[in-house]
Amino acid sequence: MTDRLPGFATLAVHAGAQPDPTTGARATPIYQTTSFVFNDADHAASLFGLQAFGNIYTRIGNPTNAVLEERVAALEGGTAALAVASGHAAQLVVLQQLLRPGDEIIAARKLYGGSINQFTHAFKAFGWNVAWADPDEISTFERAVTPHTKAIFIESIANPAGSITDIEAIAAVARKAGVPLIVDNTLATPYLIKPIDHGADIVVHSLTKFLGGHGNSLGGIIVDAGTFDWSRDNKYPMLSEPRPEYHGIKIQETFGNFAFAIACRVLGLRDLGPALSPFNAFMILTGIETLPLRMQKHCDNAKAIAEFLAGHPAVSAVNYPGLPGDRYNNLQRKYAPKGAGAVFTFSLKGGYDAGVNLVSNLKLFSHLANVGDTRSLVIHPASTTHSQLDDDAKVRSGAGPDVVRLSIGIEDKEDLIADLEQALDA
Amino acid sequence: MNHDAYDDNYIRSILNNVKSIAMVGASPVNVRPSYFAFKYLAQRGYDMIPVNPGHVGKTLMGKPFVASLADIGRPIDMVDIFRNSSHIMPVVDEALALTPPPKVIWMQLGARDDAAAEKAEAAGLKVVMNRCPKIEYGRLSSEISWMGVNSRTLSSKRAPIPTQGMRLSLNRTSLGGGQTAASDRAAKNKSETS
Repeated sequence: MTDRLPGFATLAVHAGAQPDPTTGARATPIYQTTSFVFNDADHAASLFGLQAFGNIYTRIGNPTNAVLEERVAALEGGTAALAVASGHAAQLVVLQQLLRPGDEIIAARKLYGGSINQFTHAFKAFGWNVAWADPDEISTFERAVTPHTKAIFIESIANPAGSITDIEAIAAVARKAGVPLIVDNTLATPYLIKPIDHGADIVVHSLTKFLGGHGNSLGGIIVDAGTFDWSRDNKYPMLSEPRPEYHGIKIQETFGNFAFAIACRVLGLRDLGPALSPFNAFMILTGIETLPLRMQKHCDNAKAIAEFLAGHPAVSAVNYPGLPGDRYNNLQRKYAPKGAGAVFTFSLKGGYDAGVNLVSNLKLFSHLANVGDTRSLVIHPASTTHSQLDDDAKVRSGAGPDVVRLSIGIEDKEDLIADLEQALDA
Repeated sequence: MNHDAYDDNYIRSILNNVKSIAMVGASPVNVRPSYFAFKYLAQRGYDMIPVNPGHVGKTLMGKPFVASLADIGRPIDMVDIFRNSSHIMPVVDEALALTPPPKVIWMQLGARDDAAAEKAEAAGLKVVMNRCPKIEYGRLSSEISWMGVNSRTLSSKRAPIPTQGMRLSLNRTSLGGGQTAASDRAAKNKSETS
């Protein structure tokens, strides 16, 4: 038997899946059930005691979801994964394993707006404090480290402007501080960037975006890199100390290099409850099979459109790391040489009114609050997602009045350019 | 033998070929990892022998505890050591004194003693360190996939439905030697700094 490393596209189709034991079904069946029968009382006790591999209840695990978990773990180069109901749920479950009231997380200032809200408001109510740092200034992460710091959180490609984060530099800060680096890899997907190769200890995704890729199903996932020693200094008692709810089991001692994924499942998902529907898992799995094809097309289209916009007289600036001269172009060539992603912003000389007009004049781009769909999407943040912020805050978060965000789909690029052209000229 | 990262074929050949396993440090307490591993390997058809001087007179899954490897009184294929790294060497010495000696010394997850490994290998034994045979069996058979764990194997064959006492096929296609590069690198760094 020869061992060879299958390519990314092979893993995207096969990892985690095999023909169904009972029926031989080749596509992964949708196990749309809440619960699974036990063989006998001993089997039930073994499953509840975490002693046997198997299924109990879909809030803890489901065979369709398990295929998705192994698939994404394989694509990211992690030891295990846990699928949950949304990207937000993934972040909640991850941090619940790491933080106690009074603890802190250092987060990149450039994050998806929904994550900024979640960290600022919901997590603050749990007593989890956030120290914001600037991903363009690594020293701000170093200075933010305190004895209460439990994790560092960044996005590989940051929303909304598509800027590229220097993952290795921030991983070095995390290592020195003795805390795990969590990377949200939603906008890059492992096709473009594999954060674990650059020092990430945990990767999270909103599967809703490019991984699912068709704008039809919410989902989130947590990938354990298997790299962090949770028991070194008692900073992470959920993993290193005996768990009373499992008769005193120590999670890392029992599960080794996939202990974090298990903790997220049997302590986080079990008790917090944001389980992924098996139907959504099936839809997302189907999407992942074509991830390499779609992602390359997304990136190629986005580059062509960024080039078109950069040459248009109504446009004052384009923020796309794939353009030579962009401030993130060097980082893009290092971390994401296959492409710079498909979400970026540009600014209009005509300001707020021009942004509103552009959105209303587009005929092919859809005006909505999502990214990573087969369809091309547009939003004018100042009049929608960021409308509640004051003008200064809008500018600081990259959503000034003149800024438009695009998520480029996989249509023919000539049609997308024609649509933008007619809307800019209208 | 590179003990920082094992090729799947090495682990696979051990788990496919051994039939009897003496578990040193087996516990009758049903929340200890040694208990889980013992029970799982017994359910997968291995002839399991619990070794622990503190529990002689008791049984584990119907098998009577023995005080030492010498007390087993018949040849065994593998010794699985559920002890801390500092307690490995005396067990290896005891194993090497058996006639015939076992074919494999396996040190449990978290346990590693390179000097003991070298001594056993010099005597012609195979050695695995810092791994759990339950996890490796579950991984190579893909049974562990139920837990969202990356088995690092692929197969286009219909999966079996495991039943009590059933040995599963471990002969799936491995991905690049079955290594997760990042986790192996982290384990190596840890073993060098500790």
